[in-house]
Amino acid sequence: MKRSRITECNDWFLERFPLTKLWNEHMAHYYAPKNFNFWYFFGSLALLVLVNQILTGIFLTMNYKPDAKLAFDSVEYIMRDVNWGWLIRYMHSTGSSAFFIVVYLHMFRGLLYGSYKHPRELIWIFGMLLFVALMAEAFMGYLLPWGQMSYWGAQVIISLFSAIPVIGDDLSLWLRGDYVVSDATLNRFFAFHVIAVPLALVMLVFLHIVALHEVGSNNPDGIEIKESKDPWGHPVDGIPFHPYYTVKDIVGVAVFMLFFATVIFYMPEMGGYFLEHANFIPADPMKTPEHIAPVWYFTPFYAILRAIPDKFAGVIGMGGAIVVLFLLPWLDRSPVKSIRYRGGIYKKALALFVISFLALGYLGTQPATPTATIFARIFSAIYFGFFLLMPLYTRWEKTKPVPRRLTPVHSLEEQLPALIEEITVLKPAATEIGHTAFKGSSFIRQPNPEGIKNVISRLAKKAKGSLD
Amino acid sequence: MKNLTALLLLLLLSFGVAASEDIELQEANINLSNNASLQRGAKHFVTYCLGCHSIKHIRYLRIALDTDMDQKKMLQDIAPEGANIYDQLHSAMNAHDAEKWFGTQPPDLSLIARSRGADWLYSYLKSYYIDPKSPRGVNNLIFKDTAMPNPLWQLQGEQHTEHKKNIWGDEYTNLVIKEPGTLSEGEFDIFVNDLVNFLVYVGEPVQLERQRIGKYVIFFILMFLVLAYLLKKEYWKNIH
Repeated sequence: MKRSRITECNDWFLERFPLTKLWNEHMAHYYAPKNFNFWYFFGSLALLVLVNQILTGIFLTMNYKPDAKLAFDSVEYIMRDVNWGWLIRYMHSTGSSAFFIVVYLHMFRGLLYGSYKHPRELIWIFGMLLFVALMAEAFMGYLLPWGQMSYWGAQVIISLFSAIPVIGDDLSLWLRGDYVVSDATLNRFFAFHVIAVPLALVMLVFLHIVALHEVGSNNPDGIEIKESKDPWGHPVDGIPFHPYYTVKDIVGVAVFMLFFATVIFYMPEMGGYFLEHANFIPADPMKTPEHIAPVWYFTPFYAILRAIPDKFAGVIGMGGAIVVLFLLPWLDRSPVKSIRYRGGIYKKALALFVISFLALGYLGTQPATPTATIFARIFSAIYFGFFLLMPLYTRWEKTKPVPRRLTPVHSLEEQLPALIEEITVLKPAATEIGHTAFKGSSFIRQPNPEGIKNVISRLAKKAKGSLD
Repeated sequence: MKNLTALLLLLLLSFGVAASEDIELQEANINLSNNASLQRGAKHFVTYCLGCHSIKHIRYLRIALDTDMDQKKMLQDIAPEGANIYDQLHSAMNAHDAEKWFGTQPPDLSLIARSRGADWLYSYLKSYYIDPKSPRGVNNLIFKDTAMPNPLWQLQGEQHTEHKKNIWGDEYTNLVIKEPGTLSEGEFDIFVNDLVNFLVYVGEPVQLERQRIGKYVIFFILMFLVLAYLLKKEYWKNIH
């Protein structure tokens, strides 16, 4: 049979490029643990948001003008006179907040299941570098609309560098390119935002994934699936990433897009958190806004900065809050990875950490009153305590035995029928006629207070038991 | 440990209760699908505001299209004489003069509804009162010592402050109209509301379109979600 031209072209290409090998290594023959849960959606979602940011960003740069005189108006031009410009702009502005939501949840997954522990320390380091690059990207992007908050936020953050002894003033001057945030600053931030940092982000994502695929994915049980293999050398508890996790991640993508679209079309300002009200006023170097707050995703770190009375110490504290995350793989001395087999101390510590992180985030948006500052100090202490005391409490605490194989997962779908059976009761429907012959055929499900009480107390007992 | 957590949570909640000292704003009734209101608002804006304030991010044409108005009628009834339908709404006032007269340049109002909010604008425009101590003879309850004289005083009449005490003995300021203007109180409320409605529209002209499209997008994503879920279920049926 004569081979078609297309097959020939195909072969020509494949003889010269290892596409099949790459596809198999990273998708079709990459074995991932089969028990990934909700928390494992956020890696692929972060990638999706990155692509969204790059694509919408390309279109935005076509009409945006990085010039202090034109920037603000060019954004409004995009919002009004460019066809579909408003959609592209909202996708980009909402995308930046979505990026942080997804990345924070992705990092929290790491804390839950010890994904940063041996042998995945390098993945965590690349991930942390990604986080730092993402913060730089967001910070510089926020200056571009050239609104009041853009301007004064950048002014405050860059002036932090001047707190560094000896070189501080010169350093901040060098960063700004001027004595105040100005056109020069806007231009260089634009350059970094649209090319330098995105390049770094893409390269780090590549490294993050290559490092992950070298050692394999962790899982909610924190067990190495490569330790039990079938006769063909595949992990018994693993399934090929493609098609299983590709189809599963698409479901995650759909749910994410549902939320994303709701925000874009119905609440693009998100009550002043995604797009701050004061940023609809053009930047005015002569008028300081009464209350300067960074965008919500920086507020936990901003609250730590303000909690420390000395400016330089505050800068160290804020930087330290991020540096300490890099050290996580070596601070954690627990023999087990997953929270499922850790003792109660780690669970409580993690709960306290989450509370203090959220509280710091809230405090960072508020004016620094004396009471708020005291609370910010308490929560900052808990934030650092969680990390710095980790070598002690993770070593002391009693852990539970880790099974050799993955524990079976029961999806909500499987559990639901039994749960409904328990919390409801079948009662014969009272028919109008009241004839006994009808009673056998029609039943109504009614809530069963006894059953509901049982389920709640069982859940409460389980929650308490797992914390002790 | 648990008690400590609960305590921290409780204390955190108590922050929200710490009331702000701002004066309570009156609620504007915003309805962007009310074309008549938007057209009246546009007319009011051109008559009473455009003298000093631009809204340079919108054109007469866009207002005519969005409020379903004939373009000729727009030029006749609303736009100042000599304006072109493609013109943006620029004020004719010279910035240098404005600085001399008012001490500040009147800001462009294209996005004022997005930075201040509708209720603030509505309350602000209604809260002027006679203040002999102020250089302009008037002051404002919402925005103290505002540089803007009251452009609507002939319509509203002269408002004066009245200091009262509530049942807890706290003092508060009330505004009463001592000398009625050309509009009744109800008419004036509608007048200001139309103006604010128009400014909310100008803040983001695409709002209604955005919400209309959103329904289809979300419906599409829901359908996609159902298909994606069924696909996942089919692939995963043998994985236990």
